[in-house]
Amino acid sequence: MKQKKFGIFIGKKIIRLIILLIVVCIASFWLVEQSPIDPVRAYIGEMSIQPEQRAILEEYWGVNTPSHEKFFNWAGNVLKGDLGISLIYRMPVTYVIKERFTASLILMASSWLLSGIVGFILGIIAGMKSGSLIDKAIKTYCYVLIATPTFWLALILLLVFSVYLGWFPVGLSVPIGLTSEEVTLFDRVQHLILPTLTLSVLGVAQIAMFTREKLIEILSSDYVLFAKARGEKGFDLVLRHGVRNVALPAITLQFLGFSELFGGAVLVEQVFSYPGIGQATVAAGLRSDVPLLLGIVLVSALFVFLGNLIADIIYEFIDPRIKQQETTT
Amino acid sequence: MSTAATINKGLFRGLNLRQKTILLISFMSLLLIAIVTSSVFIDGGSLSTDFGSKNLAPSLDHPFGTDWMGRDMFIRTLGGLGLSILIGAIASTISTLLSVILGLLSSVGKIEDSFVSWLVDLFLSIPHLLLIILISIGLGGGATGVIIGVAFTHWTSLTRVVRAEIKQLKTQDYIQISRNFGKSKWWIAVKHFMPHLFPQFILGTILMFPHAILHEASVTFLGFGLSPHEPAIGIILSESMRYLSAGYWWLAFFPGLSLLIVVLSFDMIGENLDKLMNPKKAQE
Repeated sequence: MKQKKFGIFIGKKIIRLIILLIVVCIASFWLVEQSPIDPVRAYIGEMSIQPEQRAILEEYWGVNTPSHEKFFNWAGNVLKGDLGISLIYRMPVTYVIKERFTASLILMASSWLLSGIVGFILGIIAGMKSGSLIDKAIKTYCYVLIATPTFWLALILLLVFSVYLGWFPVGLSVPIGLTSEEVTLFDRVQHLILPTLTLSVLGVAQIAMFTREKLIEILSSDYVLFAKARGEKGFDLVLRHGVRNVALPAITLQFLGFSELFGGAVLVEQVFSYPGIGQATVAAGLRSDVPLLLGIVLVSALFVFLGNLIADIIYEFIDPRIKQQETTT
Repeated sequence: MSTAATINKGLFRGLNLRQKTILLISFMSLLLIAIVTSSVFIDGGSLSTDFGSKNLAPSLDHPFGTDWMGRDMFIRTLGGLGLSILIGAIASTISTLLSVILGLLSSVGKIEDSFVSWLVDLFLSIPHLLLIILISIGLGGGATGVIIGVAFTHWTSLTRVVRAEIKQLKTQDYIQISRNFGKSKWWIAVKHFMPHLFPQFILGTILMFPHAILHEASVTFLGFGLSPHEPAIGIILSESMRYLSAGYWWLAFFPGLSLLIVVLSFDMIGENLDKLMNPKKAQE
């Protein structure tokens, strides 16, 4: 029974995903088609070429084919798993995205975990001591963090830790001038620390504020009052009745934040010149690499969808309170 | 209670919570108005290049220092903030209008309602920043691109609020009675819904502001927004990146900090207005 329900749930989600991807394809293709982008210019860069050569290139990139025909050509290839050739990297888009996304995934996953854990702990502390000085400090800290421009924070951290203190390298994910075998794990980690730190800062604020609110709500509930009457108190009480109840919604919220995470990664990677998907996005946008840009849009839509899907699964199938509600009704 | 004890301490002795809130809002608004008006009256003369005084660290003459062309960073920052606030204002207004229209549309019928929620899901399915970049490219960049991009990505949350509010209002007795008296849908929407929703719109616009400004600055920083000739904060900060390793920290520090303060002020105005207008939150 339960497996059947899960099957239906996943089936519905897959249909939704397919519709979503089709609409995203059409909409983003239309947007890019509207823009005054010249694919030939994007391909050759600043070189000057003969009119005949230009005509050949225009033919090749399909400048003069009508929009809908172009779209069906592209969409047909996408269905076959071929996203085209990136104009600036001169490589298949799927390859570029795979390479870049793996690099970004390390960055995003580590900062996602870090912000989740730190945010949750801060939220629990603030909620436990609500109204106290430490609560006010954490609250102020979160308000300021939410208002901070991500890229500015990245610049300041770069300035302090790399330029003045010299603790971390100024950019890139590995040192320049080494082959991939020579790059040690230490190098990779060292290049990851500052971007990860910057990226997690935004997430901390949101999750901490949420956890705090939830915990205060739970601590004023009847069952906590009853637990207090039984003699439970202090951290034990919070751990037994508070954390258990807050953890799942907080994790759900963290999964819903994939969209913000991606946006943050774009900015952070740009400042630290970290060769991930975010930097590729900016390069593709600025230098009119339409196939790569469209590919990234599709992948990012998938990424966000995955986060939402996991959050939905947690909500519908793992949260014991929801399960109980269903059995009683 | 502990709050009662803290109220009668410190700077605002003798004022109640409501008066304190109003005072805070007025102070923040004054600060923002001062920034906008002064950015309008900035004369070209003080922004002129002066290579005799280039790359100066902050001093009394130049509180934010000067850049590599000898321009005063304080004045450049002020101009940039004014521009950002202006763009944020236009984008938030368009965004609010969109959510009003879509929120009201969702109240018409079931099909319209599911269409609106589908549209919300669609716009949330791509990371905001990427969508703004895409729209900005589609419109050929420039100020229009940024404004439309920001406006089209920020209406979702307010639309949800409006939609929920209307749903709740519809179940009220007086709406039913009004309908039974033969009032048209339009009449009910204007005379009964609007007075309830209007404060939400004002508040929604103000709370949207900080996000709009931050996104505008981010997109401009990445190079998709305003052209490099505009004095936008994003432009100033992306220029400053080239001078970081030279140790000209003031080029990045002060403009970013000012942006932070502006965003924070808008946040605080919004939160406190919410406290004033929402009786449920007034006691917190």
